[in-house]
Parts: sequence; structure tokens; C-alpha cells
Amino acid sequence: MSSRERILGRVRRALADVPADEGPYEEAVPRDYLREHGQRTTEETVELLAENLVDYRAVVHRCDAEELPLLVMRLLAERGSQEVLVPPGLPPEWLSAADPVRVHDRVADTARRLDRVDSVVTGCAVAIAETGTIVLDGSPDQGRRRISLVPDHHICVVRVPDQVVSSVPQALERLDPTRPLTWISGPSATSDIELDRVEGVHGPRTLEVILLG
Amino acid sequence: MTGTYLGMPAFPKAAHDAVHNPVLRGNLRHATHTIRAKRAKAVGELPDWAALREAGRRIKDHTLRHLDHYLVQLEESVTAAGGTVHWAADAEEANRIVARLVKETGESEVVKVKSMATQEIGLNEALEAEGIRAYETDLAELIVQLGKDRPSHILVPAIHRNRGEIRDIFRTEMGEWGRPAPEGLTDTPAELAEAARLHLREKFLRAKVGVSGANFMVAETGTLVVVESEGNGRMCLTLPETLISVVGIEKVVPTWRDLEVFLQTLPRSSTAERMNPYTSMWTGTTDGDGPRAFHLVLLDNGRTDTLADQVGRQALRCIRCSACLNVCPVYERAGGHAYGSVYPGPIGAILSPQLRGTASEIDASLPYASSLCGACYEVCPVAIDIPEVLVHLRERVVEGGPAVRQGNTVVLQPAKGHAAERAAMRAARWAFTHPGALRTGQRLASRTRRLHPRALPGPGRAWSGTRDLPAVPPEPFRDWWQRTRGGKDGAK
Amino acid sequence: MRVALFLTCVNDTLYPDTGRAVVKLLTRLGVDVDFPMAQTCCGQAHYNTGYRHEAEPLARHFSDVFGEYEAIVTPSGSCGAMVRELYPRMGERARAEGRGDALARTLAPVVPKTYELTEFLVDVLGVTDVGAYYPHTVTYHPTCHGLRGLGLGDRPRRLLQAVKGLELVELPGAEECCGFGGTFALKNAEVSAAMGADKVRNAESTGAEVLCAADNSCLMHLGGTMSRLRTGMRPVHIAEILASTEEEPAV
Repeated sequence: MSSRERILGRVRRALADVPADEGPYEEAVPRDYLREHGQRTTEETVELLAENLVDYRAVVHRCDAEELPLLVMRLLAERGSQEVLVPPGLPPEWLSAADPVRVHDRVADTARRLDRVDSVVTGCAVAIAETGTIVLDGSPDQGRRRISLVPDHHICVVRVPDQVVSSVPQALERLDPTRPLTWISGPSATSDIELDRVEGVHGPRTLEVILLG
Repeated sequence: MTGTYLGMPAFPKAAHDAVHNPVLRGNLRHATHTIRAKRAKAVGELPDWAALREAGRRIKDHTLRHLDHYLVQLEESVTAAGGTVHWAADAEEANRIVARLVKETGESEVVKVKSMATQEIGLNEALEAEGIRAYETDLAELIVQLGKDRPSHILVPAIHRNRGEIRDIFRTEMGEWGRPAPEGLTDTPAELAEAARLHLREKFLRAKVGVSGANFMVAETGTLVVVESEGNGRMCLTLPETLISVVGIEKVVPTWRDLEVFLQTLPRSSTAERMNPYTSMWTGTTDGDGPRAFHLVLLDNGRTDTLADQVGRQALRCIRCSACLNVCPVYERAGGHAYGSVYPGPIGAILSPQLRGTASEIDASLPYASSLCGACYEVCPVAIDIPEVLVHLRERVVEGGPAVRQGNTVVLQPAKGHAAERAAMRAARWAFTHPGALRTGQRLASRTRRLHPRALPGPGRAWSGTRDLPAVPPEPFRDWWQRTRGGKDGAK
Repeated sequence: MRVALFLTCVNDTLYPDTGRAVVKLLTRLGVDVDFPMAQTCCGQAHYNTGYRHEAEPLARHFSDVFGEYEAIVTPSGSCGAMVRELYPRMGERARAEGRGDALARTLAPVVPKTYELTEFLVDVLGVTDVGAYYPHTVTYHPTCHGLRGLGLGDRPRRLLQAVKGLELVELPGAEECCGFGGTFALKNAEVSAAMGADKVRNAESTGAEVLCAADNSCLMHLGGTMSRLRTGMRPVHIAEILASTEEEPAV
């Protein structure tokens, strides 16, 4: 007997007390929790996103489409970045004023190569106001998961208000589970020393979020 | 589970050193009290917490009650998405599968995301025996691995270490494993985190094989979820060419939508954050992004035995948040090591004796490692009634009876060492069903009250070693009542 | 209303003053209280130590003794929780063991009409000011089974706050277990003692003269610890405070 059959057989014997006609999944779980917490205008939701991002030590900037290229240029310059990683589908105008050398992520590149790049600029799939979370789904303006991981400085552009939702349930509705997803809430952190939060371990230690409206 | 824990003494003996170690007591008190207040605040932010908790409980219960169906569905989904599913009935089989998969890649080292399941099966030791080195990459796991220590907490395995101790371990041990600690390393948490970053970076960048667990597996989509903070998880899940995830069969949930409950309750319960810094979700493999090969090892190792117990099966709802440890007064004083398992604290006290059985001294003592204060149940985000299961397992220890071990129904004998207690309980039951006998005993105690010592010899010292005995009154209440008809005749 | 006092075996044997205080208090509030002489023990120690089957005859006995009363009042959070929370569970377990509904049916009548004392006062009698006088500084420890099992909430504190002359001071870490835990106090004596010592130190830090609780088993553990540590504080059951009046002050 294979272990598969053995385990499934054990499960079935263990559940001998469960009636065969037990109700379906839809009826088994009450969904009377809230779809979002609190009543907010769109503007207030964006404001909450900004607050919660800052609360977990992300740096938040706001600008319009016209100001964006200069803002990106300034953030990269302030950081002293020599090279910036660029996802394949990043709108070209975002980096139109930036000085650093553009590095395009190619499959053949090693992680070591990416480790030498100072910064990365990406878009995002959705942002969650209540938790201060941005979610990347590997779309062309975000690129492979590793590019927003290895460089120490991540600039993420969120289109507001279109990409902003209030809550985790609303975010899951918008996301496609077949894509590789990365949920990011502030820069890398740890609670491993005396159960107190410290920012900055393996992921980007600086996360800058631009709310583009 | 791992051989490290074989031959552990019973809990009271194992707790002795911790109770009398002021540094450890201080470390645990500081850490648990810090997180307790934060958790309460994070949970308090959600007015629908009770509804989320109930939904979480019901999702897990429904899944467990139809586990065969959801495991088969999960297997189909993962396979369709390009993954390969393996089934492991026990620790030995899981270790064998992982070692074979690593060898097939031609590699001799792996990077690991913190995972309770791989600790439970002793994977690192098993790989070592096969000539494969496993590097732990979670900061706390690194501290434990470098310190040749054992984990003492589910979320923060090095919780028993304070910052000064961590600095000392980094200074002396890091060089043995790779890049040494920076010169002049101090004990500030930020510097310690930086030292870990530098030390592990080279390992991440060259790693070809990653090993992980998972917090959730979604049956309908085949998606796996890892919730973490540091980014070591993302490194291990993204950079290697091969990813092997070892996951307990109870981690499956039916639908994608179910994550909306747990992604709200887990971070707030564990690190007391609205959301943890990083959550990775992947479904099989993705062309040109991340590992090219994905293996899922589904682990039983006592879970189906636990499932067979109608009272005890609720322990399988656990999402490993560790809120119950942080709030437990016994854990705070006994420390995690006393539980003799990778699962310490209240959840460990009900999980270990079910996964491993109650045959060993430590496992038979774990159900008693609780004052039944109920704080664990109150904070549990999936409403596991831990006191109920503790009492149920005490019954199994003292009364024996039917249980399932490795899939077979067995009849357990009552544990040894409870004979005197059993006799006393029977005698008390007899007296309490014969009020006249009880009354005779009470009167005898009252008449001889002046002879009673304030401290007891022999086994009675368990009480009177630290506590005076109450004085026996001149008459029991019932005599006063009978004498005075409840004071109604004016007598005092 | 026919009200029975379920005093508990521990109080009957070791703390008759608590029993007298409950009788005095309830009588003062116009309740005709009876003490069924056949009462013994609810079976909690048996049940919680793993001897559920030994506890069953005690539960049946309890039901026989108290079944006819309209309300059953007990000055013990943990024994109250035993009847209310665990008797139904005992019935369910017997059913799951294929022994039918007999036990569940026997125990069902006593479950909803068993009240912990402070619950009875606040919820049934509807009083918080019981006309008591107690000129002392008091700190209150909510015992676990009352707090988390029965959900007594702020009832005991409201009752204490209404006592004339009483100064109620906040106990740091009030909701943490004192470490008694029934047989836990013996089986894990060192951890239990450490928890007790921490609780006593917290109580001492308030400067109160009296540590009050609604459960004498926890107070036995804490009182024994206080006396061993020579703190000078006294453990007092809430019933004795509420029974105390200007005319007849508690000693």
C-alpha cells in the first residue's frame, strides 16, 4: 500500500463518527464578519493606507503623474543609487528623469548580480489600507519576485485610488491565486529578539511607497 | 518526533531549573508581557474579532471533518499547477523523501525557512546523516542553531535568550558556519539583525535548494502560503531552483476565500501586527519566476491518530500563532524546554501527547502542566478549548482506554505511578456519596485540630514546602447549621 | 424562592465562616436560604484530574440533593463553573461513549439554576449595594474559573465598590492565574508556588490589608503563601466582606 492510500485510509477511519450527510462547506462557515472595518470615503481610505504604511516604517510620498518622474529621480539620487532594477513593463515615463543605470532583470542573471543593484522601482497589484499592505503579483510593471527582494531599496508606486482597497477580504477578491503573490507590509522586520519589533533584516530595509494620484 | 527529546524527564522535573533561573525567568517575563499587551491592542482594533474567530474555527473544523476530500483536491490542484505531491506517513518517511529530493539535485546544502513541521520530524539531523547541511535562516532559528540549543517557543524559538546572550553566540559561533560576526558587535537588536543579514546573505545567494513549511494550503487552487517577517522566507521560496515544502496535512483549507479570515487573525495573534511584513503565496511553479521544481511533502506523523479522537482533534485547528504560549502563566515560569517537544506551551501540552502518544514520562506529564486557568482558550484565534483537551488527556493517562496509534486502534493501559492517586480519588468518591462518612471525617479533623501541623512531611511537602496549611476550624459548617438552624434560633 | 446554599466540600470543612457569611448576607437581603445536609462535593477535583468516571456519581448525587430547589447559590467560582460548564459536558461524553442520555437528563435540571454568589446577588436579586460596612483597604483577585469560566466580569468589583468604608485598590496583573489549579498545586508544586509568590508580591505592592477573592481554594493557596512569606496581608472571601455591617462587623 502506498503512503497516500495509507494516510487517506487512516483519515477515513478517524472520521467514522462524521455523518455522511453533514452539510456542505457553504453552510458550515458563518461569514458574518465585516468585509471592511469602518465607513470611509475613498480619500479617507487612501489616508488610512498612508498612515498604516508609515506606522510600519515605510516612507510615504504623494504626487501626480506629472511630478512622478522628478520624485523618482530625487529618491534615487538621495539614496545615491548607481543602478536601478527595472521590471519589463514599468511605464517608461516613471524613470524618464532618473540618472542611475537601468538594469533589466534577465532569467540568466544570478542573484549575486541583483545583489549589486542599489534600488528597484515597481508598480503593484493592490494596496490594503487597513493593514498598510502592498501586494505584488508579478505583472509586467512588477517583474519577477526576486527583483523586489534582493536590492536593499524598494520604491513601489501605488495608483490611488484605483489600486487601493480597504481590507484583506477585498484584496483577496481582486487577486489571482494562480500568480505568485508577495504581500509587503513595511520593510523587512523581526520580533525575534525579546519579542520586540526591529526593522531591517533580509528584505529591502528601505521601502518607499509613492501614492500616485 | 526528533530524537533530541527522547528520555526527557517529566514536566515538573524539567521545569525545576527554569523556575529557579532568574535570568531565564526575567527573559520570558519580559518577552511574554511585551507581546501580551500588544496582542490585546491589535485584536481590539477589530470589532468583528469574535466573528472572525468563529469563522476560523468552523473553516478548520469543516476541513478536518472532510480531510480526505480536501487532501485529494489539494493534490490535484498542486499537480495541475506544476508541483509534485509526496505523502509521508511518519517522520522517517518524510526525511527520506526530502533527502532523496535534495540528492537528486546534486546539491549538498539547503536553506530553510522556519518550519515547525521540519523541526518536528528532525529534518536537519536526518539530512546531516545523509551528508546534507541545512542552514536555518530565520533569525531566532539561527540563534538556536549557532548556539547548539533547542527551540523554546513556536514563533520566537530563541525567546529564552536575551540580547546579550545572542551577541555572545554570534561572536563565538558565526565564524564556524560562514561569515563571522562584525568586529565590535554590540547587543542592540538592530546590530544583531544586521549581523544575521550579512551572515546569511551569501547562503541565500548561492542556494540551489530551499526547504520550507507552509501556514496554509488552499485545496481549490493549490496555493501555498508562508507568513513571515524578515524576508528570509522570500529568499528561500524565490531564489533556489528547487523548493521542497513539508507541510502537515491539517494545514489545508478549502478555498482561496478562507484566507481572508486567517490573514486577519494570524498576524494579530502571533506578532501582534495588523499584518506581518511579508506573506508569500505560490501555486505550483511559474515560468521564469522562482523555483523551477516544486515538491510538496504531505506529513501525517500522528495527525490522523489525533484526528481519530473526537475531543482531541480540535488541536489540529492550530495555526501555530503562539498566542497561547505568550499568555500562559505556566509557560512563563517553566520555559519552553520543559515541554520536551518542538511544540511548547499549552498547545504543545495537548499536541505532543496526541502526536507522540502518552507512553513516555514527559508525554504522560504534559496534560498536567496547566492550572486550567483558561487564558489560552480565551486568546486562541481558532477557539481550541485547550483546558478541555488537557482534562481529556489526563483521563487517557489515568484511565487508559481506546486510542489510535499509527492508524491502529489500541487499548491503552492506565499509566503507572497514579495508583495512590487513583485509590485516593476512589475513597473520596465513596465518602462524597456517603454524606454520613464525610461528616464523620470532618468531625474527626475538627476534634484533632490542635494536633495538625502547619507543614506536612513526605509527599505533603509538595504543598507545605512553600505554603502554610490552613487551620482546621473547631466545627465544620454543617455542624453549626444543624446546631443553630442557620443562626435562626439566635445562636452564634 | 427556595434557595439552596451549595457551600462546597472545601468551605464546609475548612472555611465555615464563609458559609455563615453567605447565610447572614442572604438572610439580610430577605432570601430564605436552606442548607441541604446531604450535600457533599461537586466532583471538580476528580473531573479535572482525569477521573471523570469517578466524578459522575458525585454529579448525580449533587443533582439528587439540589434538583428540587429554584436556585442553587455557591460561594465558589470554580465549583459553580463545574456545574454550569462541565456537567453538560459530562452528559455529552457519556452519550458519546454509547451510554445514552441518562446522565445528561439527570444533570440538566441543576445546570441553569446554579449561581455563583456575586452572580446571584447582581443578576437575580438585582443588588450591588448590599448594605455592607468594611473599613479596610482591599485588593481583588478575580479567580480564573469565575472570570473566564462563568464570565463574572465586574460583578464582584461593583459589589465591593458599594461597600461603605472599603477602599478598593487595583491589583496589578489581576487576571493572571494565582497558580492553585487544584491538583496542579501538588503535581507541579514549584511552578504553582512561583505563580503564587508572584501574585502575592503583586498584591503586596498595592499596600492593601486584604486580598479578596470569590473562591477559598485559591485563597487557601495564596493565604498559605502570604503566611509563609510573612506579608502581613490577610486573605478574605468576598462573602465575609459583604456580610460585614456596622452593627456586626467582621473580625
